[in-house]
Order: sequence, then C-alpha cells, then structure tokens
Amino acid sequence: MTGGAEDVASVAARTTPTVLARAQRLPVLPALESLVPGGGLRRGSTLSVDGSAATSLALAAAAGPSRDGAWVAAVGFPSLGLLAAAELGIALERLVLVAEPEPLLPGERADAAAWPSVVAALVDAFEVVLVHASHPVRAADGRRLVARTRERGAVLVQVGGSAPTGARWPEGADVALTVVDAAWEGLGEGHGHLRARRVTVEAGGRREAARPRRAELWLPSVDGTVEEVLPEPVPLRASRGSEIA
Amino acid sequence: MTRLRARKVQPIGPPVDEPVRTMSVWVPDWPLVAAGVDSATPAAVFVANRVVACTAAARAAGVRRHMRRREAQSRAPSLEVLDHDPDRDARAFEAVVHAVEALTPRIEVTRPGRCAFPTRGPSRYFGGDDALASRALDVVAEVLAAPVAVGVADGPFAAAHAARTALVRANRSGGGEPPVWVVAPGRAAEYLAPLSLGALDRPELADVLARLGLHSLGDLAALPAADVLGRFGSEGLEAHRLACGLDPRPPATEPPPPDLVVSAELDPPAEQVAPIAFVARGMADELHARLDARGSVCTRIVISAETEHGERSERVWRHEGALSAGAIADRVRWQMDGWLHANVRQRPSAGIVHLWLHPDEVVAADGRQLGFWGADTGAADRAVRAIARVQGLLGADAVLVPEYAGGRDPGEQLRLVPAAAVDLGADRPAARPDWVGAPWPGRLPNPSPATLHPDAVPVDVLDARGRQVVVDGRCRPTAEPAALRAGRRRRRIESWAGPWPVDERWWDPERRSRRVRYQVVTDDGAAHLVVLEGGRWTIAATYD
Repeated sequence: MTGGAEDVASVAARTTPTVLARAQRLPVLPALESLVPGGGLRRGSTLSVDGSAATSLALAAAAGPSRDGAWVAAVGFPSLGLLAAAELGIALERLVLVAEPEPLLPGERADAAAWPSVVAALVDAFEVVLVHASHPVRAADGRRLVARTRERGAVLVQVGGSAPTGARWPEGADVALTVVDAAWEGLGEGHGHLRARRVTVEAGGRREAARPRRAELWLPSVDGTVEEVLPEPVPLRASRGSEIA
Repeated sequence: MTRLRARKVQPIGPPVDEPVRTMSVWVPDWPLVAAGVDSATPAAVFVANRVVACTAAARAAGVRRHMRRREAQSRAPSLEVLDHDPDRDARAFEAVVHAVEALTPRIEVTRPGRCAFPTRGPSRYFGGDDALASRALDVVAEVLAAPVAVGVADGPFAAAHAARTALVRANRSGGGEPPVWVVAPGRAAEYLAPLSLGALDRPELADVLARLGLHSLGDLAALPAADVLGRFGSEGLEAHRLACGLDPRPPATEPPPPDLVVSAELDPPAEQVAPIAFVARGMADELHARLDARGSVCTRIVISAETEHGERSERVWRHEGALSAGAIADRVRWQMDGWLHANVRQRPSAGIVHLWLHPDEVVAADGRQLGFWGADTGAADRAVRAIARVQGLLGADAVLVPEYAGGRDPGEQLRLVPAAAVDLGADRPAARPDWVGAPWPGRLPNPSPATLHPDAVPVDVLDARGRQVVVDGRCRPTAEPAALRAGRRRRRIESWAGPWPVDERWWDPERRSRRVRYQVVTDDGAAHLVVLEGGRWTIAATYD
C-alpha cells in the first residue's frame, strides 16, 4: 500500500541536498516551542514529563504531532481522560490505547517479556508513544528501547514517576519537562468552576537540551487551548454562580 | 494468464463510449433475508446504532435507514434488532449467484443482495431481454422465497434503478405484474432524467447541487460536462456521466496489464476458509503494492479458485469506490465461504489448490491527493500492522480506540472499543466530536480531567466541624465542604463549587444513578472531581 508513497519519498530524499532540521522534528504546539530545543520534538528522542500536571502536559506535548497527522499510542493508561486529550488537541481517530501487559503469574514481576516487546512494536509504527512511569523496566530493556526509538524516528514519552531524570532510561531522557508549579483559577468558595490552570514548566535534558529553560503556560487557558502566559496577565476572577455547560 | 480466461478482443481504434447492456438482479432488504427474517415481521439491522436495513413491515411502521435505534423502536415497539454481519450476508447470497450462473457465467456481485451481468449473449440465447428477465426470476425463485426484482438497461447504474422501478410497480399492481422492468436500448438517459439526485448515493454532492437549483438527474445531465468537471472535479464528472446514462468512467483504452494478476498455489490443498483467507490477505497486499506503484486503483476484480478436481469458482466483484486490500481479502473470504459451505451438489469435491486475483477494471487513482514530500500516507497501514502485533502479544481486546458516546460524566462521553472491531484505515466519524449530535444537559464544564479513576477512590468530605457533608432530598448540602480525607491523609479544601446534581435513568432499577458532583481544589493545588452517591463520597477524576 505504500509503494507509490515510498517511491516519491525516496526521490525526494535523493534530491534534497541536506536533511532539513525541521524534517527531523515533530511540530509541537506553539506554546511549547520555547521549551524544546529547535522548537520541536526531535525524531528518535526520548521525553519525560513529570510534576503535578504531568498527564496534561504529556497530552499537550503529543497534541502538536497528533494534529499534524501523527499516530499516538499510550501504553498502560487505564485511567486516561480521553476528553481532556481531545480538548488539548489530540486527534482521537489517531489515538490508540494499549492495556498494561499483566504479569503471567500472580506475584511475578510485571511481565518481564511482554512490556518491552509491546513498546518496541509500537515504536516501529507510531510517531509518539506514551508510557507510564509506574512500570518497572530493566536497564537492558530500556537501552534497547531507546536504541529502537532512535532508529525508527519515533518519540518515546515517559509520563509521571517523579523519579530524578536519568533513573529510567539508561542515559536519562533527551528532554525532561517538569511542572514545578500549578494553580487552578476560576473556582471560588461555592461558586464558579475550574476554568484555567497556570503552570510553570522547567525543561532540561541532555546535549542540545542541557541548557535549562523555563516557561509559564496556561494549561489549559480559559478557551481550552495551551498558551504562553503573557508578560502581564489579566487577573482572572472567579465567575459568580455555578455554570454547567 | 491465458489459463484464466480468454482476453477480450479489442476493437481497432478508440473504444466506443457506450455502456454495456446489463441486467441487475436485486433482492431488497438482503441483510434481513439472509438473517431469515420474514418481511411481515418488523425487524431492522443496525450498525453503530443506526438502521442500515429493515423489513417491509418495519418500513410501514415508519422505520427508515440512518434512523437511530431508539427512534426506530419508538415507531415500531416490537422491532426485532439484528446485528450487521457482512459475512453471513455474502455467504447466503452465494446461493442466489450460483442460481443465476445457470444463465450466464461471470456474474458481477455489486454487494450482497445485488448482482449484475451483461445481457448481450444470454439475451440472444433466451430470446430477448424480457424472456431472459422472467427466466432469471424463475431460477432465483427456486432457491429463494423472498421477493426479487430484475431490471435491464444500458449500464449497471440504470439497470439497478430499473430493478427498483420494477419492484415499486409490482407492489403497486398488487402482484399482478412481474417485478421486471426493461429500459429500451439507448433510452437510459431518458429513463434516469426524472429520478432525484439521491439516486447517485452521494449525499454531499447532491446537497450542493440541490442548493444550486438542480433537483433531478435530468437537470444535472443537461449541464455541459466540461463545466461540471471544472466546478466539481472528478466526482462531479462521474455523477454527470451516470446521469447521462453512461458508465461512471470512460472505457479504458487498454486492458489491465497481465502483470497485475496475482496467483498462489495452495499446498497442501485448503478445505477450510481460514487458510485461504490468510493467503488471500497476502495476495491482496501484494496486488495493492503493484497497483500503488502504478498510481492505479482497482474498481472491479475477478476472484477465481480451482480445486484439485478442476472445479472452479469465479466471481466478479465491483466496488463503487476503490477496492482496498482489506476489501479484496474480505471478498475472497465471502466467495470461498459461500462455495465451501454450499449444498452438496454445488460444493467442491476436493481442496482448493489455486487462487487468482485478476484486476478487471483498473483506473488512475484520482480520488485521493497524496501528500507532498515526506507526507506519510502509509502511517495508518503501519499503525494497523503494529496493532496486529500487539494484539498477538496481549490478546485482541488489549488494544482499544476511543469513540464518542453520549453522557454527562467525563468517563461516559468517550468509550473505548477494541481496535479489532473498527477499520482504522478508514474514516471514522465516531472518533470526531460532532458524532454526538444531541446535547447532554448537566455535562461538566470544560476543561475535562486528565485522569479518571475507574475504581473510584473512596474519601470523606468533611465540613468545618469534621462532620461528613451529605445532601438532602432536594440536593441541598448540610454544610460547606472544608476538608478531604483519604485514609489517614487529610487535605484542606481551598475552593469548591457544587453541588451539581444528576438524576439519571430513574426508570431503570438496575442502572439508575442519582448523585451530586463537586469540583474541589485542595491546599496542595490539586483539583478533583468528587462525587456523592448513595451516601458515599469518591474521587471520580483528577485534574492533573
């Protein structure tokens, strides 16, 4: 089914003098561009997202590629808020959830064989693969997965875990995003509803991402999008009276 | 592939742009006939909660296609609800096709319930279109008790509509007239002209044309073809050609090259459908790769199989759009299923040793614009393959995809369906927010929580004096919530809103639910959705 497309792609590859940097990166939402080096997620890299709003931030990070046509897989998220994923910009027709591989025998460590094979199979085909940090991974498996990710040009995103950077993948994630502060707005004492959340995100990582970065974001803003906090934010007051849409 | 069939003799010069005279044999409401439902019983087949076919009795009660299940049941309360099963439909239809095969070889199955064949040869042999038509009715009546209609006209499109006309007229005459309608040669355009644009089965195009003041196929046919092409592209041109009584595409100037034929030897001979279907899937993929490399798609395919004893099954399958690899593999499975499970006389006496896929009509792939440099149209295919691998590792139900559903709580508005149950390569409207048309009053305001707790976490919501907060019969809380206690941990509630009551399905003792919801933000900055139901508080979701 891909013969024609591959032919065109191979001709394009031969006629392009150099590989453009942006072709090697998956686009992210504009608000997140200042947090990742080069303004996009480099294909073949690993990302870790951590802190109090980790799930939302990971979904926002996957939203850019997803809107651009990428397929997103999430392994071991039985409780993912799909509606939140859709609101943050993930195209649900290209989102696939894979159940956490269960241990074969009770008491056995979470299945040692299945989990890495499952993630490896997904990395082969999906541009973005979200994995939950609660799953134990052996160092050798982790190394193999990172190598596979690099080779296939996917982005492996580890969500949550509050482990220090580097505890999970042998050399640490290429880019590590941490939510250091989060505050909801819109809710009063008995009135209003949650409307927007202001988060402070710190980014670090290895090599090109080593320089620490920091950004204040609305995750989400009052209209549901992800936006950078403008230098002088207009104070948002709780609305009077509860509104139920 | 001379073994397969003799190549048509091509006339010298460009082929004549004239549709082939065709007979269409149509069994109305086929999915219900295949399911063995009597037309006097109100019954309907549903796909994704919408009616796709119903019996005459259901239609008389007001049930229509595309209707929601609840609405259909409100019109016909005794409605029998049936699941859609394309395999069963195709398997059952094989008997009808086999019967028609007594008249002529190379029957083209448009879809289960409708088949067509060119009438030139058989019509001469049996003494005219009318005689052929009544003959066709006879042979089908031998194997099928349900009503059948036959139409003859120039081209499959006009023939299909002639069959419809035949049925309407036969019903109106109360059985006095046979359900046969023959449109005289060269009169197809005239016959089609008064039909509405709905006959094209292209709702979007018909909608635009209706707004431009075109209401019948005759109106559309009266426009210059070049203008229709300029304004509506290839889809518009196809519709225009159909309205003019022509084939949707001008005839190909050359037959499909023989290198597109894919064949396979089955060793050992296959007597079950499963191994054949497995081989067919690989063959279909290979055929598709070859078609892709040529920038073509296949709209009609001949599937043939041969047994050790030389028995053959050959069918022509047509598709209005292009046949995808999955669709070809499905058709092989249907055909083999029907053949291998036919009655003793028609069933092959040995295993199948040879299988061919012969693309019969190949056209340039103009329907889909390929992405420019680097755009990856194969992404969905790759994803489907990876999913198949994961399903092999973890089981078919381990891979899930979201679809929209109606509901008031964040967990209800989307549900997860096994990826095996949907076609990921195709457009999936159920994964788009506009799928749920009806408003659900009482939904929670946006943003939605990023983490749901399927096994709701039990907590205590306490007021300022440490007593549990509860609500009375009118959902009035006893006090303002001040603290959230889970086990030994206790968090002060900084801000909150609620109670937001929901009283759902009060008529259903099993599934009824009466609850109130609060949004709370605790002193550590976390926001939760807490729910009080039956006197117990739980955290239903967390805004993390």
